[in-house]
Amino acid sequence: MRLCVLSGKGGAGKTAFAVNLALCWGRPVSLLDCDVEEPDCHIFLKPEAKAKPEEVCLSVPDIDKALCDGCGECSAFCQYHALAKLGKSVVAFPELCHSCGGCLLVCPKGAIKETERRIGELSAWRFESVNVMQGRMDVGGVSAPPLIRALKAWAPQGQDMIIDAPPGAACPAATAARGCDLALLVCEPSPFGVNDMAIAARMLREMGVHFVAVLNKAGSDNSLAEGFCKSEGIAVMAKMQERRETAELLSRGGLLSKHSANDMRFFDRLGMDLRACAFERNGK
Amino acid sequence: MTKQFELVVISGKGGTGKTSVTASLAALAGRSVIADCDVDAADLHLVLSPSLVKSERFIAGRFASLDPAICSKCGKCFDLCRFGAARLEADSHFTLDEAQCEGCGVCVRFCPAKAISFEERDCGESMVSETRFGPMAHAKLKPGGENSGKLVSAVKENARELSKGRGLPLTIIDGPPGVGCPVIASIAGASMALLVAEPSLSAEHDLLRAVSLLAQFRVPGALCVNKWDLNPELTLKIEAAAKEKGIELAGRIRYDSGALQAQAQAKAIVETDAVSAPDIRALWDALKRNKGLREAADASVNGKEH
Repeated sequence: MRLCVLSGKGGAGKTAFAVNLALCWGRPVSLLDCDVEEPDCHIFLKPEAKAKPEEVCLSVPDIDKALCDGCGECSAFCQYHALAKLGKSVVAFPELCHSCGGCLLVCPKGAIKETERRIGELSAWRFESVNVMQGRMDVGGVSAPPLIRALKAWAPQGQDMIIDAPPGAACPAATAARGCDLALLVCEPSPFGVNDMAIAARMLREMGVHFVAVLNKAGSDNSLAEGFCKSEGIAVMAKMQERRETAELLSRGGLLSKHSANDMRFFDRLGMDLRACAFERNGK
Repeated sequence: MTKQFELVVISGKGGTGKTSVTASLAALAGRSVIADCDVDAADLHLVLSPSLVKSERFIAGRFASLDPAICSKCGKCFDLCRFGAARLEADSHFTLDEAQCEGCGVCVRFCPAKAISFEERDCGESMVSETRFGPMAHAKLKPGGENSGKLVSAVKENARELSKGRGLPLTIIDGPPGVGCPVIASIAGASMALLVAEPSLSAEHDLLRAVSLLAQFRVPGALCVNKWDLNPELTLKIEAAAKEKGIELAGRIRYDSGALQAQAQAKAIVETDAVSAPDIRALWDALKRNKGLREAADASVNGKEH
């Protein structure tokens, strides 16, 4: 089963839920930190030794100046302005390249081949029973979706997978959620939290990914979030109360399920409910 | 004429309080241009209650669309597409998934049957509104949409036009989380970035990535630690790390349940008697030690607004 944890709003508790669900999963599971711009799972599930990272590269054009006659076919074709014709030559801007390979195909002189450009790295380590896998985009880069795709392809495919998605509801979040059997929306019941969850819910609906919700940092009045979930027919699986000591524990990189037996039971139960929910829908 | 000044609020990690701080800074400035560059999860409108003046569809990039009536089922698109958008379906026909298409145009160009058209992509909406603190540029990305960075640039373009056209040199920008393309588009050309952190190991880690992004783009930064009293030791550590990287320390905001109450009333924190309101006032005063910001803020309030 592939479960994606997302929220729309940042700081709603995606990572805390993903990490603790993985620890209490009860069967082999990979936890994929797909928030490649700001990966944080390693802060909670620390690797014992520094894992040797795998480089992730994109193929970008390399122009053979001896063969290029500056005709400009490639720069006219490139939708991303990654190639520009300057006088009788063509200049490449690899940081704008999406690696579609189009310029190689359209060059009449065969003057373009591909070279590798690093966009980030993947690393993996074991924390207790959890296979933790993380993508980390190089700062200054803009290629979050290819890195997320690389991480998802790198993960063991036969095993359960919990995906910690990036915030927002743009292409990185969509790339993380694509192909998942179930999504868990972690909703902070504030006006901001509900507004952003609604956007994430719309995205998942359009993608055809089934989703359920949990309320996190719940207060005395959660009517905005509960009303929204009810009107949209979103099942609320559990509720975690706002507690100052929880915020303090998380700030230190602490693990809820290790700290309190109640929280351990909470995540154990939630994991079972989510697996049952996915099984009911997909038979796996 | 006073020089334009763009103050952009970012954080690295999401949920540290960017939007709440931005709304309060807009309230304290009194008059300024306000821009919400968190286009895929915009929240600033929930506090500023903008009344819409103008809205435009935002068209950027293209996507490939296959006409099944013309398709010869040769599979060329499937062979060439590197984004997984071309799919072989169970009944041996091909489809192109708009959501996965990155609009490169390779399949359009090389389809032997000319069955693929290249359509303009509707990425969402860019808007200009009026708020009680000044005009506002904002946007709504289509959920799951591409080109969020370009939409951010469109929001900033609208904000710059408002700033010039209305004679309001100060622009306050609510930025997105992360360090990716929408953040880069948000900080490009900004005069100063205010980093809102919270004292957690995650926020510290994410903040330092945002700080190195600012250095790459040569945008000066100032730091404010929100909910600092949740972990005073870590607050000190974060401040020291930021200072070492040339970031100015601009203030601290205490943990305050009043922040949520203000949000529920659609008010900026400084418009309420929340206990953290004085902290944000002190932050604004500290930011105004920057001459460019101070002059732009004064000119925006006292100048002749058109």
